[in-house]
Amino acid sequence: MIIDRPVQPPLIMNTRKTLLVALAAAPLMLAAQDRFATRNGHIRFFSSTPMENIEADNNKVTSVLDATTGAIEFAALIKAFQFEKALMQEHFNENYMDSNTFPKATFKGKVTGFGSAELKKPGTYPVQVAGDLTIHGVTRPHTGTATITVDAAGGLKAVSEFEVKPEDHRIEIPAVVREKIAQQLKVSVDLTYTRM
Amino acid sequence: MIRTALLFALLLPAPLVAQEDLLQLLGEEESGPVYATASFKTTRVINGHSLENTAHGVLDFKISHRFGVLNGGYDNFFGLDDAEMRMGFDYGLTDRLMIGVGRSGYQKTVDGFAKYKVLRQCESGCSMPITLAVLATSSMNTMKQTDLPWYDPTRADYFTHRLAYTFQLILGRKFNDRITLQLNPGVVHRNLVGRAEEPNDVIHVSGAGRFKLTKRIALNAEYFHVLPDQLPTERTNSLSLGFDIETGGHVFQLHFTNSTGMFERAFITENTGSWGKGDIRYGFNISRVFTVHVPKRPAKGSAPDPSDLPHR
Repeated sequence: MIIDRPVQPPLIMNTRKTLLVALAAAPLMLAAQDRFATRNGHIRFFSSTPMENIEADNNKVTSVLDATTGAIEFAALIKAFQFEKALMQEHFNENYMDSNTFPKATFKGKVTGFGSAELKKPGTYPVQVAGDLTIHGVTRPHTGTATITVDAAGGLKAVSEFEVKPEDHRIEIPAVVREKIAQQLKVSVDLTYTRM
Repeated sequence: MIRTALLFALLLPAPLVAQEDLLQLLGEEESGPVYATASFKTTRVINGHSLENTAHGVLDFKISHRFGVLNGGYDNFFGLDDAEMRMGFDYGLTDRLMIGVGRSGYQKTVDGFAKYKVLRQCESGCSMPITLAVLATSSMNTMKQTDLPWYDPTRADYFTHRLAYTFQLILGRKFNDRITLQLNPGVVHRNLVGRAEEPNDVIHVSGAGRFKLTKRIALNAEYFHVLPDQLPTERTNSLSLGFDIETGGHVFQLHFTNSTGMFERAFITENTGSWGKGDIRYGFNISRVFTVHVPKRPAKGSAPDPSDLPHR
């Protein structure tokens, strides 16, 4: 694993050997920190109205969870959301999400109720999540609940469901189609982590 | 020295990492190539083909009208009393290959085409700067023999006389969210021409573009230039200007053009209207898409079944 991190200049001025030792030591530090990551997490959102149901899936969600500190982040490329209807997907990107300007939705926050102790014991843990949710370039505080499952092999799985209001993120919906898009979109997040 | 450095190396990462983005630890994303989309609102600029295709599994039903000339005056209600019509179905066999058929009132013509995207403009994860599509169209006059413009009872009438073909390259680029430009060099091959001096192959090049005014409205323009000394002097080049208005599943294209026919042979080689003389026609294309086949996408993961979710 190669980690790009600033190393203070005075330390590496000495010899090449010093640098090598320093770099070799870095990954060991990470392993000790119980970090978990995924590149193919799943996010689905679902809009239900009497007129139309709309759903989209993104299977390329990236996320890192630090079980020691409880820090969690995830990012979803807007263009990676797949709709059943191609035109819907085009309009989602072009007309609603402006995905060229705001290519990603991100979440950055903290998990409470899960730490090193839980990590050692396989089981299912209900947790609280709080942090900043950024969609369409608009950051809003978000709190919710999630479930983290530790399997026997030490792998982690986190699932959460929450609701998002398009208007909260300055996503404009023209009056003519307002009836077709739910006031609150249901979002489900499903992340299967592996240890970094 | 080494020992000191090692000690610092062990101490340093913790405070540094705590501040940085966790996601940066994953490094650059390995998302596959992302191609430019929505260069035009639909697969036609106005009369001619745009570089866009209908997506895989999508059926696009198009109804187009070209009214009479505006300078027809009130007697002809500024052209609205007359109309030429074409209706057609386009279908995306894959995301890169589309086919279509249509029927025009103009000389009772049936036309068909295939368009294939050879190169796709890349947005990220690849490096192609343009889209290149190849287009092949054919048209068939289905008029009664005695109604044919070239009818002559003393001469043998061959079925192949009714056919014409067009081949075009469509080179284009979406420069930004608003502006897309394309250049279509091509040739129309007519199996039968009006005069012996006229070549069967008519070489032409078209320039077309769109400027998006709002998210749902775009301004389009298109000009077909026929290289000189190929057609009789009364034939004119096709010039069209119009708006695309998109409303969810429909695209309404409203425009002014000096062309009557809505397939390549007609508007490239048989055009007689002149903008200068006011032979301008109002016209529209209406496109309605239907998703008739949903291509297989990556597995959907284990999110809850939508039917389990509460309805508002």
